[in-house]
Amino acid sequence: MHARTRSIVAATAAGAMVLLGLSGCNAAASSNSGEPLVGLVIKTQDNPFYVKMTEGAKAEAEELGYNLQVASGDGQSDVDSQIKAIENFTAQGAKAILVTPAGDGIIPAIQKAQQAGILVFAMDSPLGAASGIDGTFATDNLLAGQLVGEWAKEALGSTPARIATLDLSTDQIPVDVARNQGFLEGFGIDTADPTKMWDETDPRLVGHEVTDANEAGGRTGMEKLLQKDPTINLVYTINEPTAAGAYQAVQAAGLQDQITIVSVDGGCPGVKNVQQGIIAATSMQFPLEMSKQALQAVKAYLDDGTKPQNSEGLDFTNTGVTLVTDKPQDGIESEDTTWGLDQCWG
Amino acid sequence: MNISATDRQKDESPAVPAPKSPMGLVEIDSGRLTPLQWIERRMLSRPLIGPIAVLVLALIVFSIVSPNFGTLQNFSLILQQVQVIAMLGIAQTLVILTAGIDLSVASIMLLAQVVMGKLAVAVGLPVELALVLGILVGVACGAVNGLIVTRLNIPPFIATLGTLSIFYALNLFISDGESVPYAEVPPLFNWLGQGFQVFGTTFTFGQLLTILMFVLFAYILRSTAWGMHIYAVGDNLEAARLSGIRVNRVLMSVYIVAGLIIGVTAWLLIGRIGSISPTAGASYNLASITAVVIGGTSLFGGRGRIMGTLLGAVIVGVFSSGLSLAGFDNLWQEFTIGLLIIGAVAVDQRLRKIGR
Repeated sequence: MHARTRSIVAATAAGAMVLLGLSGCNAAASSNSGEPLVGLVIKTQDNPFYVKMTEGAKAEAEELGYNLQVASGDGQSDVDSQIKAIENFTAQGAKAILVTPAGDGIIPAIQKAQQAGILVFAMDSPLGAASGIDGTFATDNLLAGQLVGEWAKEALGSTPARIATLDLSTDQIPVDVARNQGFLEGFGIDTADPTKMWDETDPRLVGHEVTDANEAGGRTGMEKLLQKDPTINLVYTINEPTAAGAYQAVQAAGLQDQITIVSVDGGCPGVKNVQQGIIAATSMQFPLEMSKQALQAVKAYLDDGTKPQNSEGLDFTNTGVTLVTDKPQDGIESEDTTWGLDQCWG
Repeated sequence: MNISATDRQKDESPAVPAPKSPMGLVEIDSGRLTPLQWIERRMLSRPLIGPIAVLVLALIVFSIVSPNFGTLQNFSLILQQVQVIAMLGIAQTLVILTAGIDLSVASIMLLAQVVMGKLAVAVGLPVELALVLGILVGVACGAVNGLIVTRLNIPPFIATLGTLSIFYALNLFISDGESVPYAEVPPLFNWLGQGFQVFGTTFTFGQLLTILMFVLFAYILRSTAWGMHIYAVGDNLEAARLSGIRVNRVLMSVYIVAGLIIGVTAWLLIGRIGSISPTAGASYNLASITAVVIGGTSLFGGRGRIMGTLLGAVIVGVFSSGLSLAGFDNLWQEFTIGLLIIGAVAVDQRLRKIGR
């Protein structure tokens, strides 16, 4: 009994120390309580994209004199945590909330925040104008796909294309669909219904697999595709971790000279893989730019009530996308990996 | 309801009570049994029959349906695809045999490999040392699980539900959510993903290691006192205690050995996917339990075979590959695996009932 009591006390003490340590960090970060509160709600912390976006937001908030607090969901589609976070920021009297929507389920919470007089912007994933959101700062994912599609068309030249796609999931998530359909459009393939993946009938399309957008999924997905058809010579991947996994399968099959892999994201590990020739080309997005522009728009609104302008022809503010490759093609604008490593996130 | 006299008589006649042999195995008396009962008796004495039957059936059907399926290359590929889940399944089987469950296996694996990567790439320790320290992280995590279960008396489900989050959070904290790209991963970390050719088919060292580990633990569970104790603790904790088994010591050792296996699996995962990712494989917690369950090990402890887990993992891989090659979308793979899980547990429940 004694021994057990002692170990319980020891464990509790250890736990308390860890908590104290953590809260120490937090207290230091959020001590500037006199400044206007801006809430940032990201999707998940297991993705450097959102980690980087948070860093950018913190830096910009410090510059502009805002107290930025961050809340995170627990996965790409964890709407529930995001609703709670928005409600909490509303209760705390935030001036503005920036959110990377995990799904349309958060719209009612956003509208309640707006009714309480809070400015709400979406970042990264658009909710659409119908949601009544005050502004959106995001990558044009359709364009991101188109850029690698156009590049691949030039790079393949007269070689008959045998194309496979490694997508995120079976759920037809808008970002997943936009990148996939953009790629096909860029390559010149009829996308049938552009809001739907996998309904295309072009014979150059060999197949598709879903990957959860990570290395393990990329590898297994590519293995299955090669098992179906070993003549594949062009692979589009939803993001660079997927591409890295796919390359493992391609290399194991000894087909690295036959297969060109293109991707979207612009993370530093991804750009390094472009430099190594593992990924042929990638479209870089700019999470730092998203949080920076969103916070500047918060300032503009709080100063004089100006709301952000959407980019031409889009229902959001495009924060830019740039093709990164070390094999530039005629007539296609691109940057090399030296530039890419300087600009990459994560 | 219109039940005839003969029907009623058939319903009410009790199932033939199976005489028990001294070894506790059920004697098979096929003369008086219906075919179903005969199969049930067989499965009770030879628990791997079920999974083997499912596997053989699936192999035959998929080989007929898709011409690309039935190649040696594809079988090697399937084993490569499931090797990480199968290895985690060894750790999971040990824990489940004690009537516990470990929901944190994938979190431990991710933490161990991220520590390996950080120590080797960012800190610059010698690669061999980083590898060993990473595996020791697995051991330490296992010890934490064991301490929570044995010292704080928290049920394994709750204990590992807690550490699932704790270890995953530490993994994200240490890695910042970032992967170490393939080009920066030291070759030793990738070694288990390297292959060699036999009969024109690629096999990997990771596959060999996985199979060796299964053979090793099949031997340990069947032929060592420790193995016997695991079954005894899982079958009836109180009876095991009364018969002089130091129950907490057995439980503690199981979690620590599980942690060691998971630490080695972290190395295997890096070899499999090439880079060191804090998220790839996060879904393997449940996948490892799926492999154990489909392999016929009872979730209620004390009954099962480690080789069943290998079969369970391979069955999942075969269905995944077979359905994919036959042109089914992923959701149908999920659907089928759900059916297999329920089927396997239904069989387990049935055997439990007639085994008494």
